Amino acid sequence: MNYRVKNLILAHLSVSFATLAAAAVLGAWQMTVRTGIDPPFATPETYFASVSAHGTIMGYVMPTLFTMGFGYFVAVTALDQPLPSMRLAWAGFWLAAVGIVAAIVPIVMGKATVLYTFYPPLTGSVFYYLGVLLVVVGSWLWVALMIWAMAIWKRDNPGRPVPLAMFGTVANAFLWLWTTGGVAVEIIFQLIPASLGWTQLIDVGLARTLFAWTLHPIVYFWLLPAYIAFYTIAPQAAGARLYSDLMGRLSFVLLLLFSLPVGMHHLFMDPEHGTGFKFLQAMLTALVVLPTFLTVFTISASMEIAGRLRGGKGLFGWIAALPWDRPMVLATCLSFILLGFGGFGGVVNMAYAMNAMIHNTSWVTAHFHLIFGGAVVIMYFAITYWIWPILLEQEAADVRPLRLQLWLWFIGIVIMTFPWHVLGLLGQPRRIATFDYANPTIAQWQPWVFVSMFGGYLMLVSALLFVWNIATLYRAQPDGDNRMQYAVAVYPPTRVPNALNSFALWNWLLLFLMVVAYGYPLGQFFLMDVYPGLVHRVDIGS
Amino acid sequence: MSEETIRRSELMWGAIAAFAVGIMAAVIVVSSFAMAIHPPSNVETIDPTTLNTNSEFAESNLGTRVNPDGSVTVRIVATQFEFLPRCIPVPKDRQVTFRVTSPDVIHGFLIAGTNANTMVVPGYVAQLRTVFGTAGDHLMPCHEFCGLGHSEMWALVKVLDGAQWKPDSSGKISCELPR
Repeated sequence: MNYRVKNLILAHLSVSFATLAAAAVLGAWQMTVRTGIDPPFATPETYFASVSAHGTIMGYVMPTLFTMGFGYFVAVTALDQPLPSMRLAWAGFWLAAVGIVAAIVPIVMGKATVLYTFYPPLTGSVFYYLGVLLVVVGSWLWVALMIWAMAIWKRDNPGRPVPLAMFGTVANAFLWLWTTGGVAVEIIFQLIPASLGWTQLIDVGLARTLFAWTLHPIVYFWLLPAYIAFYTIAPQAAGARLYSDLMGRLSFVLLLLFSLPVGMHHLFMDPEHGTGFKFLQAMLTALVVLPTFLTVFTISASMEIAGRLRGGKGLFGWIAALPWDRPMVLATCLSFILLGFGGFGGVVNMAYAMNAMIHNTSWVTAHFHLIFGGAVVIMYFAITYWIWPILLEQEAADVRPLRLQLWLWFIGIVIMTFPWHVLGLLGQPRRIATFDYANPTIAQWQPWVFVSMFGGYLMLVSALLFVWNIATLYRAQPDGDNRMQYAVAVYPPTRVPNALNSFALWNWLLLFLMVVAYGYPLGQFFLMDVYPGLVHRVDIGS
Repeated sequence: MSEETIRRSELMWGAIAAFAVGIMAAVIVVSSFAMAIHPPSNVETIDPTTLNTNSEFAESNLGTRVNPDGSVTVRIVATQFEFLPRCIPVPKDRQVTFRVTSPDVIHGFLIAGTNANTMVVPGYVAQLRTVFGTAGDHLMPCHEFCGLGHSEMWALVKVLDGAQWKPDSSGKISCELPR
């Protein structure tokens, strides 16, 4: 690995996966509590602290650190140049590391049992919010480095198209900068003053709206590394070329544009917003389906080329001819299947009034676990298996445990989330520790909860197997060629329109969309007479 | 395979994708505009810090009431960690208006097995209208985390048919949780 970034990337990925394993243990334990088995340590205090830790790690820590590490990898390998500043990159890592400790310790102490969405008036320890903020600030240094690296490359390579992997990474960096705006304002101006006791009142509607601004696009920030791998690694792994480079660029800018002005679909059932802007953002949410449709087409076409090059014949014969023994090819297919299931659930969520049927039920938990825990994290695994030999200059001694781990994850998440969809339709609320299954009205829920628990334990086994795989399976290969090779397009672009080689136009368009989508919904809290709620501290007393 | 073939296939797929998205959007447009199906969205503010002196949500005014014009309104206060009242009778086949608010933190309102669903945000009155088509009991859990007692926060909605629906002379009707 050139440019002395090996330790930087390993540091980010190690923290990401260590926290992933810990949060997977918590997740399996939480599901056990919900079955009514009453496992050890199960009290409301421990259950909700566990949910807070699981969500904080899986939402803010694990994907952020992975995306940063993978971004540094792409920046040096796709651009073939050093990072603009190693010192800034390490500063970002240490800020995030300190933030993780600052956020987790109060949760463990029971002083920040506010779940990862931390909706006020419930207010936890100030250290929790400062910790989350530090992780975000650390990631902003990563954003700056990605933008800076692309600028240097463009200066040195005038007129040439930015490599697609880097274009996607910088799209994600801008996306993340926009995404974190809402929650950063909420934490700095509302939650920290409340948690320090400086204010007794808090504007609850404003806080929810600022959080919704962040809560939807954050999912696309998690998702983009997977999409970057679909376009720039999966066709290479299958032994073919990318069907279209241009479609990749278009998908990345559409994701940047349409993942942001849509967060209010999380607030369809909220009384502080009228129907107008809820409807507008429902329509904008429908548009974010487009880049996914384009991606599924382009990648399937690339895979078809691979299958036919390997001798696959007929309408579907090329599928059987694909090299399924390669983890990246297998994971891409499994990820698409999960994306399909999760996308279906998501379309129901975004469908405006239909949302009433499933809002805050287990259906929603099923949706985002399928999309993120399933389709995205399985690609984090596959990306890691792909880049590990390049980072360590070692090869996996045996790829069967890698495939087994991916299959376990896939089967586990399907078994876990399908019952959740059923339970959601039956009206089971999410975020509840224990149910009185003796009540005949809900007795029928219990078998489904049991089935989902087994899926959760399969995922836990898979998560631990993943850590074991990357820690023990790789062996030095003295004569191996361990350079990173990205998929080349069937017709590699020599020039692309400036709009698909830079982000200024899209950032201006996004600014316009954000003003249209959020200008009034946020402004209304300052225009009308709103009554704030009383800050409700959960971190005081003993 | 020429570059032109690739472009054409992409344009065709783009059109199919846009058509699919158009259909989804059309379903939402028709159901909301033509059929007037909307999420609960009356932006009505109320001071949560003085709810104790608010006449509409005074204790004697909570629960189910038949209004002089024959319509039915249910007023509920969601508070850590119970709904007031905890048993809510409603008539079958008649429109019922729920008005819910919170004096403390955010709560959730969901009548399990139906699509009656709203957030209960302090500072606002959440209002929704619905019709229950079948008699029977529904559990009504709080569906947003509201503190350590959240899992215990449940009410019961009893949908009563004609014979059981007997409001008193002032229009009020109440029920008891089964022991």
